[in-house]
Amino acid sequence: MGRTMAEKVWDAHVVRRVEGEPDLLYIDVHLVHEVTSPQAFDGLRLAGRTVRRPDLTIATEDHNVPTEPGPITDPVSLTQVNTLRANCAEFGIRLHPMGDVEQGIVHVIGPQLGLSLPGTTIVCGDSHTSTHGAFGALAFGIGTSEVEHVLATQTLSLKPFKTMAIDVEGELGPDVTAKDLVLAVIAQIGTGGGQGYVLEYRGSAIRSLSMESRMTVCNMSIEAGARAGMIAPDETTFAYLQGRPHAPSGEEWDEAVRTWRTLPSDEDVTFDEHVRIDAASLTPFVTWGTNPGQGLPLGGQVPDPASFGDDNQRMAAERALDYMGLTAGTALRDIAVDTVFLGSCTNGRIEDLRAAAAVIKGHHVKDGVRMLVVPGSARVRLQAESEGLDDVFRAAGADWRLAGCSMCLGMNPDQLAPGERSASTSNRNFEGRQGKGGRTHLVSPLVAAATAVRGTLSSPAGLVR
Amino acid sequence: MDAFTTHTGIGVPLRRGNVDTDQIIPAVYLKRVTRTGFEDGLFAAWRGEESFVLNQPAYRAGSVLVAGPDFGTGSSREHAVWALMNYGFRVVISSRFADIFRGNAGKQGMLVALVGQDDVELLWKLLENEPGTEVTVDLVAKTVQAKDVVCRFEIDDYTRWRLLEGLDDIGLTLGHVQDVETFEQARPGWLPVTTPA
Repeated sequence: MGRTMAEKVWDAHVVRRVEGEPDLLYIDVHLVHEVTSPQAFDGLRLAGRTVRRPDLTIATEDHNVPTEPGPITDPVSLTQVNTLRANCAEFGIRLHPMGDVEQGIVHVIGPQLGLSLPGTTIVCGDSHTSTHGAFGALAFGIGTSEVEHVLATQTLSLKPFKTMAIDVEGELGPDVTAKDLVLAVIAQIGTGGGQGYVLEYRGSAIRSLSMESRMTVCNMSIEAGARAGMIAPDETTFAYLQGRPHAPSGEEWDEAVRTWRTLPSDEDVTFDEHVRIDAASLTPFVTWGTNPGQGLPLGGQVPDPASFGDDNQRMAAERALDYMGLTAGTALRDIAVDTVFLGSCTNGRIEDLRAAAAVIKGHHVKDGVRMLVVPGSARVRLQAESEGLDDVFRAAGADWRLAGCSMCLGMNPDQLAPGERSASTSNRNFEGRQGKGGRTHLVSPLVAAATAVRGTLSSPAGLVR
Repeated sequence: MDAFTTHTGIGVPLRRGNVDTDQIIPAVYLKRVTRTGFEDGLFAAWRGEESFVLNQPAYRAGSVLVAGPDFGTGSSREHAVWALMNYGFRVVISSRFADIFRGNAGKQGMLVALVGQDDVELLWKLLENEPGTEVTVDLVAKTVQAKDVVCRFEIDDYTRWRLLEGLDDIGLTLGHVQDVETFEQARPGWLPVTTPA
């Protein structure tokens, strides 16, 4: 019987398999950042252990870093960053710190450096590690105890995932992006629908996506409860990777590509679950509630909690409307925002900035609205500046910032004030995610830009000149 | 890790579903570099509400949390487990847990007990009607008992064994280091390294 891509990658990394125990899986690349690693390094020191493969480990500073020039002023953030620096120096791990040209959000720099390769296993103490599955890697987030386990052994003890195929056939309409697609998937299967599964996104709509868009889709897999999402590598993948600093070259490139071509799921394979979505039926999608599954097409209205049959969903909707300060029946397009955030590991790549700039060019951010544009990495920022995108955003009245996680989770000074409402290209609309009492609507970069101009949740229709 | 066999403590009914890790501990509380002291961030936003369950004296010393479905969704932060444990929780009972949260709990010796939603409802009712009621969770027998409410919970055999024995995962794996070395020798040469190209 055939195997899925996830099963092929899994099988190729089994170090030890014993009946009744989890498999011991080898990890090809371990990405590290300042928030989830200090206790892991501390654990190594306490046990007198070393890092087994510093040459398969790489670190960057992203969650705490300020996005305005200057040093970290919060002493607790500074301690965390300094702790990472000391740990990397002590254990011999390469670090891309603030100010380094390769610094950025961990899930933006991995692909950029050519470290995220098809058929590999990639982990990081961060749930959005699912991003790297866009390359056909098996990539997933881990907790700090597992970070310590990987540092010490370069392996993880894991039970196999189930597999779910998400087939998206057809063509996406105008102004409909990868973000809208994945928000629609999450609304359909729910925030718990993917628990225990690896999602494999397939179909003509997925194949036609750029690598940046595929990363957006895989990034949000965790919001459906799945630890990993994958997309089969193809010519688009190879073209993105060739020539990147850590990608193979010469004869090794050819050998790698030969291996990568064997990765896609076999024709005769059976997935444990199967979801089908018609790409042509999708429209710009936004969230109205406090989890990423509470989303609707932008043309819709805030739902009436009474319309939910399930008691838990109804209670969740009631709580969400109360927290979000919304009334059932309000047109989503009538919701006014205070802040627009363009960035994050979901939508902080160059393609996202280009798309938003094309909408906002020649317009101005609405009075009373602030817009933060935070590139996903220093390289993305430099690329955008070389294309003049920074000037487009600045001319429109937006703030052009330095790279980092920023307002996606507000560990740095970029936060919403209580009661403030944002349209955000990030990945989580949880209560307080972007600042205590802050209210988040998840949107695509196109909707973010249009919303900045109009001041209310908007599609870009009629704005692009 | 301390071994876990059985625990008895005050049950806390948390009548909410989809309790994500940003609710368990918001990001601004994640900046410590230790594994302790996170109890101040536990349910930080809700602790400000007078009606929140942990603000009621009868539940304040609780150690068995009974929560709605999809507990621990969202971020991979193990700080969520540390915050619960630093506060004093030893067990979380729910009808559905997020995968990463469940794994993190197992590594720290906090028991995550999976029961049916009907049993959660029975426990909620009992704990709300009789605040301060103790719940006994027996990992050997895989049972939850509070007064006349008795139910079985699910946990995978491997995690149960590790918890009962209080075993350290890294120590277990390092016992198989020979297998790791053998695997490494067979890895293709084109796989990337992070050292300067």
